[in-house]
Amino acid sequence: MASFDVIFIGGGPAGYVGAIRAAQLGLNVAVVEREGLGGTCVIWGCIPAKALLEAAYIAEKLRKAPEFGVTPGEVKLDFGVAMKRSRAVSTQNSKGVEFLFKKNKITWIKGTAKLTGKNSVSVKTADGKEEKHDAKKAVVISTGSRVKGLPQIGLEVNKKTVITSDEALILEKAPKSIVIVGAGAVGCEFADVFSAFGSQVTLVEVMPNILPVEDADCSKEVERAFKKRKIDVLTGAKISNVKVGKDAVSMTIEAGGEKKDVKADVVLVAAGRAPNIEEIGLKEQGVQLTDRGFIKISETMETSVKGLYAIGDVAGPPMLAHKGEREGVVVAEVIAGKHPHLFDYTNVPGATYCHPEVASVGLTEQQCKDRKLDYKVGRFNFSANGRARTSGETEGFVKIIRGAKYGEILGAHIVGSHATELIHELIVARTNEYTVEEVDLAIHAHPTLSEAIAEAALDSLGKMIHA
Amino acid sequence: MATKVFMEALSPTMEEGRLVKWLKNEGDAVKSGETLAEVETDKAIMELVARGDGILRKRLINEGDTAPVGTLAGVIATADENIDALVAGAAGAPAAGASAPAQVVATTQESAGASSVPRRPEESQGEASTPPQQKVADVPPAPPSRAAAPAAPAAGAPAAQGDVRSSPLARRLASERGLDLHSVQGSGPNGRIIKRDIEAAAAAGAAAPRAAVSAAPSGPVIPREGDFHDEPLSQIRKTIARRLGESIGPIPTFYLTAEYDLTRVMEMRKAMAELGDQFKVSVNDVLLKATAVALSQHPEVNAHWLGDRIRYHNRVHLGMAVATDDGLIVPVIWDADRKRMSDISREAKELAKRARERKLRPEEFTGSTFSVSNLGMFGIDQFTAIINPPEAGILAIGTSEEKLVVVNGEPVVRNRVRVTMSCDHRIIDGAVGAKFLQTLRRLIENPLMLVY
Repeated sequence: MASFDVIFIGGGPAGYVGAIRAAQLGLNVAVVEREGLGGTCVIWGCIPAKALLEAAYIAEKLRKAPEFGVTPGEVKLDFGVAMKRSRAVSTQNSKGVEFLFKKNKITWIKGTAKLTGKNSVSVKTADGKEEKHDAKKAVVISTGSRVKGLPQIGLEVNKKTVITSDEALILEKAPKSIVIVGAGAVGCEFADVFSAFGSQVTLVEVMPNILPVEDADCSKEVERAFKKRKIDVLTGAKISNVKVGKDAVSMTIEAGGEKKDVKADVVLVAAGRAPNIEEIGLKEQGVQLTDRGFIKISETMETSVKGLYAIGDVAGPPMLAHKGEREGVVVAEVIAGKHPHLFDYTNVPGATYCHPEVASVGLTEQQCKDRKLDYKVGRFNFSANGRARTSGETEGFVKIIRGAKYGEILGAHIVGSHATELIHELIVARTNEYTVEEVDLAIHAHPTLSEAIAEAALDSLGKMIHA
Repeated sequence: MATKVFMEALSPTMEEGRLVKWLKNEGDAVKSGETLAEVETDKAIMELVARGDGILRKRLINEGDTAPVGTLAGVIATADENIDALVAGAAGAPAAGASAPAQVVATTQESAGASSVPRRPEESQGEASTPPQQKVADVPPAPPSRAAAPAAPAAGAPAAQGDVRSSPLARRLASERGLDLHSVQGSGPNGRIIKRDIEAAAAAGAAAPRAAVSAAPSGPVIPREGDFHDEPLSQIRKTIARRLGESIGPIPTFYLTAEYDLTRVMEMRKAMAELGDQFKVSVNDVLLKATAVALSQHPEVNAHWLGDRIRYHNRVHLGMAVATDDGLIVPVIWDADRKRMSDISREAKELAKRARERKLRPEEFTGSTFSVSNLGMFGIDQFTAIINPPEAGILAIGTSEEKLVVVNGEPVVRNRVRVTMSCDHRIIDGAVGAKFLQTLRRLIENPLMLVY
C-alpha cells in the first residue's frame, strides 16, 4: 500500500508524458504498466514500425543507386535482421522512458490495475500478488487501445496466419504473400515494408480510397506509387468467403466490379482499434462511455467521475501518440492546479510513414466541400522542386487549402519524401492562425523541399513563381 | 464553449473596478448584451455586460470587492458544461491577474484610430471596387510594427505593451468587420486574440462597422443596408446618456445669456502676438482664464450638489469639454484661477490633444469644480450646455464675431461673444448667476483685470 498524488493506469505516450509533466510540477506520481514503458507506440507501433520502414527505404534507395553512379554489390534482404534492429530501437526507447521516470522520481508499478474507488487502485503484479495504492489528487486512465480483428468476416486473429501489427513486428522473415486488410496508416506502412522485403502484397480497403482520413489527392498519389511497386491495391473492397487454413488463408475480394479469389500465407488485420476499457472497473465507478465506446471526458480530460481522468486512445479518437502526449500534458497541469491552454483537437496532425510519406493538418478538400466553405487550393509538385530532383524523390506534392476570403489555412496536405517532417511548418502556421501570406513572407532556404510549401502558398494566391 | 466574464476596462483608463452589485444570480440564464453587474470605475458606476449566451454558472468576485481589469469575474456556460478548469484557472493565476491590467491600460492608451492592423493606403481607398479575391492576393498585411506603436507610459507594463497580441487571421477578420482589437478579449496563449474571439465579439455585437460610402440619393429612398450603419453604444456614450439624462431630469436648470465685448481682448491678443509667436493666446484661452478668475471670486457658483449637501470649492478646477471621435470628455485644468494665461493656453491645447488621442489619465478628467463648453469654432452664436453633475453650472461659449453694435448712440463694429450659463437652481439662484456673469463681463471686457 502506497500513497501518491496521481496514479496513471498505463505507461504509453499519454500516460508516461502526463506522468513526467505531473512530476515536474511537483506531484508524487506512479504509473501502473504491465508491459514496458512507452506502450504501443514505443513497443508495438510507431517506433519499431518506423525502424522497419527505414529498412524498406534503404532497400528502395539501393534499387535506384546505380542511377546515381553507386552500384552496390549483391543486395540481400533479411527481414529477420531488420526486425531485430527494430526491436533493439524499441527497447532503447523504452529504456529511455525508464530513465526519465527515475530522473523524475516516478514510481513504476509493474502490473495490471483495476479501479477500486475513484482515488484508489488495486494492482495485480506478475507474480499474482495484489497491491492497493491510493491517489490523493487523481487517477488517470491511459490504458490505450488494441487491434480489434474482424471476426465478423471470419478473420479472427490467430497470431499465425491471421495476425495483427504486433505479430508482424516480430516476424522472422517476410511472408511470400500477404493480404493486408485495412489501408489506414498501419496497413499502408506494412504494405510498404513487406513489399520492399519481397512479399507479394495485396492491400484491401473497404473505403473508396486508401488512407481514407487523408485528402483524396494524397490517397491517390500513394495508391499510384504503390501500384508502380506492384502492390495490389483494392479499394471499395468487400471480403467474403474467408477460409483460414494452417499455413494459408483464402478469400474472395470484390472490388471495382470484379471478384477475385486471393490466397496468401498471412493476413494482416490492420483495420480498426478498440479502446482498452475492460477489466479496469469503469462500470463499478460509474464512468460514462461515448456512443463509440470510448471514455467520455470533459475539456479538462475529466471523466464523468470527479477526480478520475482519461487520456490517450481510451479517451477517443484520433488514436495517435501525439494526441495522447498532449492530453497527458494538459491533464497533468489540470491536476496540478495550473490553467493549461486547452487541447485544440482541430489541429492534430496526421502522419503516415510509408513511401511516399503522407502528412496533414486540418481539413481535407472534401471536408471543406461538405462544410460549404469558400476555399482556394494551392498545389506544388515536388517534380518541380530542385532539391527533390537532386535526390531523385520527385513523387508527391504540397497542397494547401486556404479560405478564399482571409487566406487562413483550412487544411494542409503533403505527400512525398520527408512529408512528415515538412508538415510542421504548416502546423505552426495553422495553429497560430497565420494566413498563406505569412507562410510566403517567411524566406525559405534554397534548395529545400520546404520551398514547395511556399510555392503552394503562393499558388493558392495565384502567384506561384516556379509554375 | 464557455464565455469568460472579465472585469472589463469600462472607461478608457480604468485599471480596477469595484463590483457594486450583481444583477444576475448563479444559475440565471443570460443573453449576450444583458447587464450582469454594476461596476464602479474611476469615473462612474458602469454596467458589466454578458459577452455570450448561456447560464451564469459562477460569480467569482464578491459584491463590494475591487478587482484589477482582466480578472475573471464569472463564467457563462451551458448548464452541463464543465467549467472547473476555468474557475480553477481564475484562482491559480495571480501572475495573469497582475499583468493583465497593465496590458489593458497600455493597449487602451493607444489611439483607437491607430488600430494595430496597419492599413495600407490602397486598402482603405477603392475597397468597394476591388474584388475580395484580389484584395487577399495583393494586400499582404504588413507585420505589426512595434516601432510605430506609441510607447505606453504605464510603468511596469509588460514588454509587448505596444501591440495587441493577435493572430494574423484575427487581425484580418477584425479589420474587415471594423472591430477595434482593443475591445476584444483574447482567449489564446497569454491572451492572444484569435479567430474565435473575433467571432465571439462580433456575435456579441461589439462590432462597429466602418461607415459605408453610398451614392448620393437621387430622390426619396427607403433606407436599406449600406445607407446607414448601426453602432452599439460605447462605454463613453452610455456614460454621457446616463449622466446627462440624469442632469436634464432631476436638475432644475435655468439659463442666463450675456453678450460680451471683446474689443480689448482682441487688442490684447494683437499686442501679444506682435511680441512674437510664443506669446500668442486664443480668445478661448482668455475666456478660460477669465472664467476661472470669476469663479475664484464667486465660490457660490464654484460648487457641487451632493444630494444632502452643497460643497463649495475654494480651489478652481476648470473642466473643458472636448469633442473626440468617441464622444465628449471633460479634461480638467487644475487650479486654473492661479495659472498664468500662457500655462492655461499650453495646458488646454495639450489636454484637448490627449483627449482626442484617448490618452487621458483618470485624474485628468475627474474632479472639475465647474465646466466650460465652447462651440464657437462651429459658428454657433449661442447655446445651452448640459450641466456636468454634480457641478452647479456650466458656461456655454458661442462664436466670437464682428457685430454691429451701438456705442454712445453710434453704430460701430465690435467683436462680441455670447455666453450662456446653465445653472443648477438647487445651488444657484438667478441673481447669483447674474452676478457671476457680471464679474465675468468685467474681466473679459477689461482683460487687464486678469493680472490684477
